[in-house]
Amino acid sequence: MRGLLIVSAPAQERGAASSPAEFDPDHAWRLHPQVAIRPEPFGALLYHFGTRKLSFLKNRTILAVVQSLADYPDLRAACRAAGVEDSQQGPYLHALGVLAGSSMLVPTDEEERRA
Amino acid sequence: MTSTVPRLVEQFEHGLDAPICLTWELTYACNLACVHCLSSSGKRDPDELSTRDCKDIIDELERMQVFYVNIGGGEPTVRPDFWELVDYATEHHVGVKFSTNGVRITPEVAARLAGSDYVDVQISLDGATAEVNDAVRGPGSYAMAIRALENLAAAGFADAKISVVVTRHNVDQLDEFASLASRYGATLRITRLRPSGRGADVWDELHPTAEQQVQLYHWLVANGERVLTGDSFFHLSGLGEPGALAGLNMCGAGRVVCLIDPVGDVYACPFAIHDRFLAGNVLSDGGFNKVWKDAPLFRELREPQSAGACGSCGHYDSCRGGCMAAKFFTGLPIDGPDPECVQGYGVPALAAERDKPRPAGDHSHGRRRSGPVPLTLTVYPPAPPQRSCNESPV
Repeated sequence: MRGLLIVSAPAQERGAASSPAEFDPDHAWRLHPQVAIRPEPFGALLYHFGTRKLSFLKNRTILAVVQSLADYPDLRAACRAAGVEDSQQGPYLHALGVLAGSSMLVPTDEEERRA
Repeated sequence: MTSTVPRLVEQFEHGLDAPICLTWELTYACNLACVHCLSSSGKRDPDELSTRDCKDIIDELERMQVFYVNIGGGEPTVRPDFWELVDYATEHHVGVKFSTNGVRITPEVAARLAGSDYVDVQISLDGATAEVNDAVRGPGSYAMAIRALENLAAAGFADAKISVVVTRHNVDQLDEFASLASRYGATLRITRLRPSGRGADVWDELHPTAEQQVQLYHWLVANGERVLTGDSFFHLSGLGEPGALAGLNMCGAGRVVCLIDPVGDVYACPFAIHDRFLAGNVLSDGGFNKVWKDAPLFRELREPQSAGACGSCGHYDSCRGGCMAAKFFTGLPIDGPDPECVQGYGVPALAAERDKPRPAGDHSHGRRRSGPVPLTLTVYPPAPPQRSCNESPV
């Protein structure tokens, strides 16, 4: 399997983007406020208006995970809720890690989560 | 897990609910007269879309979640409502990337652009030196582009793009372009020379030679991470391992890309302004969404395409037969090799009798060049305007 997403070429050097947070799947994450999702039959397009970066989610399950991140305390719980058992989560966590690495996802801070 | 799911490229070939990448030529008016202009620009078309028409299109793009548009022309910034439309688009969640020769990128404009999160600027430059650039884009155009880059950098605009069409004369300057980009905190973007618009007249003498294509391929493999290409070099992908060339290696025409021209005509791609690739008109055919979804041409392009003469070639999976527009405008069959096929199949095809279609529209200043085109680098002296209406529209 080639992976669950494709991330477009170089936006990472864009100066305006803040550097991505360290990836921790046991932390709560959410979509960056400047990211828009467009569902498509194959999965979805993700576009970050800040970095101008386009990514493709390559199936509907990873889309469901990404769309529901804000509802869960950590990424493993979000995967589980989308029907991905712990033993199958490797590729999903990897894909989410890549999204975090390109600032598509940002960690939810504690205050925000409790509010 | 995804082995039963078709590859993304195959899914894209069936088309998407909305384009990923939409080019919108806002005007055919231009202060320059580049010899390879894809849209044969020069004079404003009297039927150009009004400000209201343009805003209606932007509203539709917002509803369709077209995340950004690539605005070009002509020289889009000469439209009096250009900045109004840019603001309108970004307020409506349609990001703007616009291509300009730099004519209007003054220090004031640069400062304003630096204040926006949603606007990207692409400065066209076809030579890393004035000599090479001005031979293609006209006298003074190098200085104009550099001034724009300086103004953007001075205003703190991060990451402008320097957009280069790769030709026989600048392919040796790719490292120099990269240095130029880093000097201005910009990103280099290089794209393929297409025989479209006035490009049809100069393609034979300007397109990179077979050896240069190989050189370009290796440069891209080595430097691709830092360089944008609009995925336009997929015809080269047969030169190496699949996947060595970054990006989506497929023709997106009518499937993931299209073009809206200044009068609202919708074409399959930015390199195909010709009746053969005209899908409809946003004003007379019920809006952009309807054209995108229902135009018979687009439906046809989303059907499985015949590999034709390329069917027996082992590299077809890599290059997918190359660029449809490049074939069409060089008079080659659409279901055959690309004129710059890296296996060399384009060479005999080009040598055979062929009938090059003329572009349907021509907004060039004065008459197009005809007859043989000089093979050496020539800087064209500024021609005096024949009539006052032939002067720059700026």
